[in-house]
Amino acid sequence: MGGYFSDLFSGTKSLLDGMWVTLKEFPKRPVTLSYPHESLKMYARYRGHIELIGDEENKPNCVVCGMCERACPSGCIHLAGEKPEGGKKKVLTSYTLDFTTCSLCGSCVESCNFDAIRFSNEYNLASTRKEDFIIDLLKRLEEQDK
Amino acid sequence: MSLTLLNVVLAVFIAICFVGANAAYLVWCERKGAGFYQRRPGPMENGWWGLLQPPIDGVKLMTKQLLIPGGVDKAIFMVAPVLAMFPALISFVTIPFSDNIVAHPIDVGVLVIFAFAALGGMSLLVAGWGSRNKYSMISSVRAVSQTVAYEIPLLITTITIVMISGSLNLGDIVQQQLDGFLSWNVWPLHKEVGFNLLMPVSFLILFVCSVAETNRAPFDLGEAESELVAGFHTEYSSMGFGLFFMGEYANIVIGSCLITILFLGGWSCPFGDLGIFPFTHNVGWFLLKIYLIIFVFIWIRWTFPRTTIYGLLNLSWKYLIPISLFNLLLTAGLLKVF
Repeated sequence: MGGYFSDLFSGTKSLLDGMWVTLKEFPKRPVTLSYPHESLKMYARYRGHIELIGDEENKPNCVVCGMCERACPSGCIHLAGEKPEGGKKKVLTSYTLDFTTCSLCGSCVESCNFDAIRFSNEYNLASTRKEDFIIDLLKRLEEQDK
Repeated sequence: MSLTLLNVVLAVFIAICFVGANAAYLVWCERKGAGFYQRRPGPMENGWWGLLQPPIDGVKLMTKQLLIPGGVDKAIFMVAPVLAMFPALISFVTIPFSDNIVAHPIDVGVLVIFAFAALGGMSLLVAGWGSRNKYSMISSVRAVSQTVAYEIPLLITTITIVMISGSLNLGDIVQQQLDGFLSWNVWPLHKEVGFNLLMPVSFLILFVCSVAETNRAPFDLGEAESELVAGFHTEYSSMGFGLFFMGEYANIVIGSCLITILFLGGWSCPFGDLGIFPFTHNVGWFLLKIYLIIFVFIWIRWTFPRTTIYGLLNLSWKYLIPISLFNLLLTAGLLKVF
């Protein structure tokens, strides 16, 4: 019989304690977001896939030195540029990132000496087609509303 | 003759509508409740606040294929879901929603409800047996041992109330609790038995037993997903599963009706009959009470984790049965004295 009634009382009390805990949560607002309708703003230091940095006129800072292409261990960066007639610097004509093989190591960002690429805040990446992850970063820069 | 037949048809129709609507929308309430207790909004997409979710789920279930796996005991397999649903429907016939809203006031109403509740336990056994699936079998054996264990304190507690009121008619039991809040059977102050301190405890026992009888969490050992896939309804698809589901919720409504009638004064107004509309004895109070009890059912389900089978049986055999027996003897003694 030892502990029969004490078990009964402590058990009942702990059950009531538990019910009080959940009851307190009941009237509070949800902590979740209804995802497709609203989404979280990502933190500034989040390391998503890379993106190009533009100047005031939204032209890329990139000088087409190709250091990022060489630094990439997975070979997922492909860029091309040309020297315009009478111009001094090369101008970027295409910059594609194959995000299917990118491991987000950041070697490209580290190797860039011209402040031309950075990590984006993009995290809403879901698709059923592989082609959606071969990203044209130059087009992305143009579409960015400055 | 034709009038009584019409009455019966109407009563059955209303009972089916009431059970169906309750079963469908209690699922919605359950999901909303689960959401709120876990700080999420619950179903929101279909209709305003997800209110169209139950009919959509129903249509989905009905359009699914009713699959009968090879090797099952076909007749038994098909009978089980019907056995789960129809006792709940029949029990509604005897439940008095108000002094004049009752399909058929049977003098042994309490007995009828318990007889059909036992059939509900039978359906779980039959479903598990007919499925020819080891998990379903384990589940149905568990469910039956649970039903047997919890029906005893449930009946003893009910006998206590029947002794106090001297009637097996549910309407008569309520008639004796009409003098306001303090005349309800849940309080220790009852004019028939003087001061019986164990009445609130009896109420708790009946409450725990009805949670267990309806196989709800934390006593849902029968469908313990983590161990037994889905228990006795593993092999059921389409409306076969739907009927089990609806039967479960109909049983919850029956259980809360029973608690309300036996302990909480049925359709009586807690302040006595004041003569002004909302404060007269009416069906509104009855519905308010049963939905409050269902709210507590949902609250319990989303608070406590599942018990073990030993813990479940220990609770019944070591605590609920001795205490309810003690209260039965105490009440009998007090009835003799006062």
